[in-house]
Parts: sequence; structure tokens; C-alpha cells
Amino acid sequence: MSQNEVHSGTGVGRREGRPDDRDVASGGSAVSGVEIRLEEVSKRYPGQALPAVESVTMTIPAGNTVALVGPSGCGKTTTMKMINRLIEPSSGRITIGGEDAHSLHPDQLRRRIGYAIQQVGLFPHMTVGENVGVVPGLIGWRSGRVADRVDEMLDLVGLDPAEYRDRFPRQLSGGQQQRVGVARALAADPPVLLMDEPFGAVDPITRGNLQDELLRLQAELGKTIVFVTHDFDEAVKLGDRIAVLGPRSTILQYDTPEAILANPADDTVAGFVGAGAKLKQLALLRVRDVELGEVPTARVDEAPEDFRRRLTDGRSQFGLVLDARRRPVRLVSAVELRGVTSLRNAGRPVVDTVSPASTLHDALEAILTDDEGVAVVAKSRGEYAGVVGIDTVMATIRALRAEHEGSADEETPS
Amino acid sequence: MSFWEYVGSRWEQLLVDSYLHTSAVVQTTLVATVIGVLVGVAVYRSPIGSTVATALTSAILTIPSFALLGLLIPVLGLGVRPTVTALVLYALLPIVRNTIVGLSTVDPSVRDAARGIGMSRLGVLTRVELRLAWPAVLAGMRVSTQMLMGIAAIAAYAKGPGLGNLIFSGLQRVGGANAINAAVAGTLGVVLLALLLDAAYVLLGRLTMPRGIR
Ligand SMILES: Nc1ncnc2c1ncn2[C@@H]1O[C@H](COP(=O)(O)OP(=O)(O)OP(=O)(O)O)[C@@H](O)[C@H]1O
Ligand SMILES: [Mg+2]
Repeated sequence: MSQNEVHSGTGVGRREGRPDDRDVASGGSAVSGVEIRLEEVSKRYPGQALPAVESVTMTIPAGNTVALVGPSGCGKTTTMKMINRLIEPSSGRITIGGEDAHSLHPDQLRRRIGYAIQQVGLFPHMTVGENVGVVPGLIGWRSGRVADRVDEMLDLVGLDPAEYRDRFPRQLSGGQQQRVGVARALAADPPVLLMDEPFGAVDPITRGNLQDELLRLQAELGKTIVFVTHDFDEAVKLGDRIAVLGPRSTILQYDTPEAILANPADDTVAGFVGAGAKLKQLALLRVRDVELGEVPTARVDEAPEDFRRRLTDGRSQFGLVLDARRRPVRLVSAVELRGVTSLRNAGRPVVDTVSPASTLHDALEAILTDDEGVAVVAKSRGEYAGVVGIDTVMATIRALRAEHEGSADEETPS
Repeated sequence: MSFWEYVGSRWEQLLVDSYLHTSAVVQTTLVATVIGVLVGVAVYRSPIGSTVATALTSAILTIPSFALLGLLIPVLGLGVRPTVTALVLYALLPIVRNTIVGLSTVDPSVRDAARGIGMSRLGVLTRVELRLAWPAVLAGMRVSTQMLMGIAAIAAYAKGPGLGNLIFSGLQRVGGANAINAAVAGTLGVVLLALLLDAAYVLLGRLTMPRGIR
């Protein structure tokens, strides 16, 4: 199936470059999620002329986060709720881990699918601990095991169990309620998690934190997550793949964020991607994903005249002075080296460096700030690694476009 | 004989009548609560059902209690049966209406989340919806109880139990010995019991209201 092949490509733009998710996932836990398939699924609400969802076919690979994005009213929620049968499809088939969702009792099915929504929907008369423990209780865990699990889950979402376990939902902030909602959804360790704009009602900073934590959690847990949002940036940040939906939930494009940013399938998708697609792409790439440039380097104790000669011979504009531990300390041009006595105070100090884990977006920022138009890359202990210049960034953008050229059409199910 | 002398000489009778009065009201409120909540649960999802249930129970309340008792006597005879039936019927409206209001004001997202994480319909009703509707139901019970305290006095007309007997016999013998004393003692007893029961409701509310929604 063509949708599944996107991850096998090579070149720039691999998500493995994201230290906050894939690295841990590949090195850490196994995928615990299962594949979800929708086959020509439709939903027609009674008394409505047009179906709310029309013949959607889509495969959500095990352990992936798929973001459903689209304008308000396009059928995202309806599509998602058909997976746990809060809404029964009018036609079509949905399988979860190869099992037909329709063959299971809806309550049993839902106990194996985590569910978190924008309004959170915590039970106001139950404590935080009781809320989180509901599903384990429903599937018959002993109370001791439930209590342990509750504490574990609260820890996982960053709430101190001792402090929050016995509070009531009304005694929590909106962001804390969201965390409890996610903890409740995950409590019985379901392989699948459905999230409907779960971070839609909190301020941008809290939302950013919650997103980061979801990425961290997901790196640890490897669930299959269906994430509904109408914030494309959120979809880019969280999704392994994004399904851009049009009216009646028709799939306009279903691909990796990189591919959609590099090559939107049509004008509607392009409109949804919004302005600054290239910059958003750069935010998905890491410095370590690109080939670093080289500039001449010298040790601090080297004679300035020797270094000047090397620079002019090599026709280099400038060079870097490294200290005893190979950390870049000064940036000098050949002209600036004329007549100085020591490299220790030649040129100007290197103030900002980027790390291999920095995004290309950060690198570009450093390039634009720097007088010479380079970003100096330093490894974890500050050791010099190379430089990134504007031409590297340009080449990366070009390569991305070439890589995703024409692929969008094939990968969008008709 | 002064009023206090009268009370002093009849206090045993007064206590028995008070006890019977309270017991009739409390028991009929409980029966009406069971019926009223069941009716509320049955209709709250349907706007038409809710309207019909509310209209029917209000219609009952508009029947004069005297008339209702009178009409029940040929069917159910005298004594406890018509009394209980009439009181239960009168108590229904506040309880049915408050149950419907309580259940339908449960936050839809709470219901959605409850279903979404795999609670059965019955589970959602008993563990979530009714818990959240309880304050409203209790308020309905409180109103019903207050109302029944007065209506129960009229049950003496159907030879029912309670303080109504004192009031009725007193009023029938106006001019006779202790007639006024009996009527006043009965009436004051009803008022006093109503206040006591109301206080009991406040206490019950404290004890049973979920802490998270207080
Ligand atoms: N219970 C319902 N009965 C009838 N029509 C409905 C019902 N629920 C949703 N719809 C309609 O179906 C369409 C899709 O609704 P849905 O809630 O799935 O949209 P959405 O993409 O989640 O929108 P939003 O981003 O605003 O949440 C809308 O046109 C909506 O009016
Ligand atoms: Mg929605």
C-alpha cells in the first residue's frame, strides 16, 4: 500500500531526526499500538441531505500518530467517533488491529481505546484519582493495582500523585484537567488513543507544553493515536502523518508533514498549510540531518600570521579559532589577522552556536543574525562540529521539494 | 382548660399523631422519589416525554386535595390506602421535574467522555448522571415533603393517620370543649414538624452531596 512507503525513503527530512520522539522510540520501547483501517466508511445523519462523512478509506499504521486536520464542520469528529463507535457508521468497515470493530460490544471496544476530548469531561463528583481509575476498575483490576496505576499515570502526565490524587476536578487549572484527561484515557494501557482537539482550550504556552509531553509520552508508549485538530502547526508538530480533510471528510492529502509542507496536493491544502510553509519545514529538520560545511580552524596558541596565510591560500573569507578543548571561541577574517599578536583576541567572539539537535529554523535564525552569514555548530560539550551556511539551507529546501515532487498525487487515495 | 394544659394532658396522643403524620409523609416522599426518578430517567432524553411527564404531574397537583381524596375513597376505601396514594401523587411533580432538570443539565461532554471510555449506559446513569443530578432530586424531595406536611392533614377526611384528625375533630366541634385547642395543637404540630424535617433535609444534603460538586 503506497501510504505505508513514505517512511522508507531516504534523504533529508526523516523524522528520526527529532530527538524528542523517534530516537527514543527506536531505541526505547516497542510499538504497543495496533493498525486501524477505515474502508469506505460513510456516515449520514438522519434528515441530512449530504453525508457528514463520505467513503473514507485510510490506514493508520500501528504506533503512528495521525493528525486529522480540516476546516470546522468537515467531519473530523464524526470520523474519529466512528472508530470507537460513539457514532455508528452508515456503511463501510473499520478494523482495529485486524479485528472488525463491529464484531465487538461497543463498551468492550471502548475500554480498549483511550478517549480524550477538548472539553475534557472529567467526572466532577470524583477525585482525580477516581477519574483516572475508572477504566481499570471497569475492566476488573483489583483496587490495589488500580491505585498503583493511578499514581503511575499521574506521574506520567507530570502531576505529583500525592498532591493531586485526592483533589476534585474543579480544584485544577484547565491545563491540569487536560493532563488528567490524558491520564484517564491511558490508564488501562489501550493500544489506541483517540484525541479530539485535546489541547484546544488552553493558552498557547500550556498547549506547547502539553504537546511536548504528548510527544514524550508517545515516544515511550508507541500507541496508535488519532489526533483531531484544526491547527495545522499542531498537526505538523505531533503527527507522523497528517490527513488533510475536505468537506464530507474527503481526504485531500494523506502524507508525512514534510511531504505535505514540501508539496501540497492542491490549492486547498496549500491554503490550509498557510503562509511560511518553508519555514515550518525547516522547523522539522535538524542540523544533524544536513551536511555541515567546513571552514579553516586554528588553535588559540597558533601564530596569527600562519593562520592568515592559510586563510588567504585557501581563499577562505574567515576562519574559527578553537580553544584547547576544540570549542569555537573567535571568528576572524584574514584582514582582521593582520598585525595581531595572539589569536586569543583576534576578530570577534563566537557568542551563539547551534547544536546538531537544533532545528534548521534555529540555524537559519543564527545565520541571519551573524555578520558572516554562518551558524557555527558545536557538539554536546561545545566541541566544534562544522558550520551551516545559507546555501546549505537552500540546498536542503530544494532537495525536499525534489524528493516529494509528484509523490503527493499517488499517495492521496481517490 | 388553657392551651398548654390541653397539650400537657394530651401529649401522648399528640406524639402518636405527630409520629404517624411524619411517618406517612416521609414514606410517601420516598415512594414518590423512587417513582419520580424512574419517570424522570425514562423521559429526560426526549423533549416530548419530558413535557408530557411534567404536564401530567402538574395536572395532578391542580386537583384540590379534598376532591382527590374524596374520589379515591370509593375506589380504595377509607384509611391508609387513599392517603398514601394521594400523597404520592402530589409529591410527584417537584421530584419528576427536578430529576429531569438535574439529568438534562449534566454537562454533555461528561456524558460523552463516560460513554467514550467504555461505561455502559446503566453505568453512566448510576455512576455519573444520577450522582450529578442528586442535588436537584434532593431539592425536589424537600419541596414535596413540605407540601405533603400540609396535604397530609387533610387525609383525616379519608380517616387517614396523623395530626389532621385533631384539626378536623376540633373544627367539627367548634364551641365544644377544647375544640380550638385541638385544632391549634394540630396545626402547630404540622408547622413544627415541617421545620424539623426541613432541618433534616439540610443535614441530609450535607451528608450525601458529592464533595466535588458542592
Ligand atoms: N448528531 C448530529 N446530527 C446531525 N448532524 C450532525 C451531527 N453531528 C455532526 N453533524 C454534522 O456533521 C458535520 C460534521 O460534523 P463534525 O462534528 O464531525 O465536524 P468537525 O470536523 O469535527 O468540526 P469542528 O472542527 O467544528 O469540531 C457537520 O456539518 C455537522 O453539522
Ligand atoms: Mg469536532
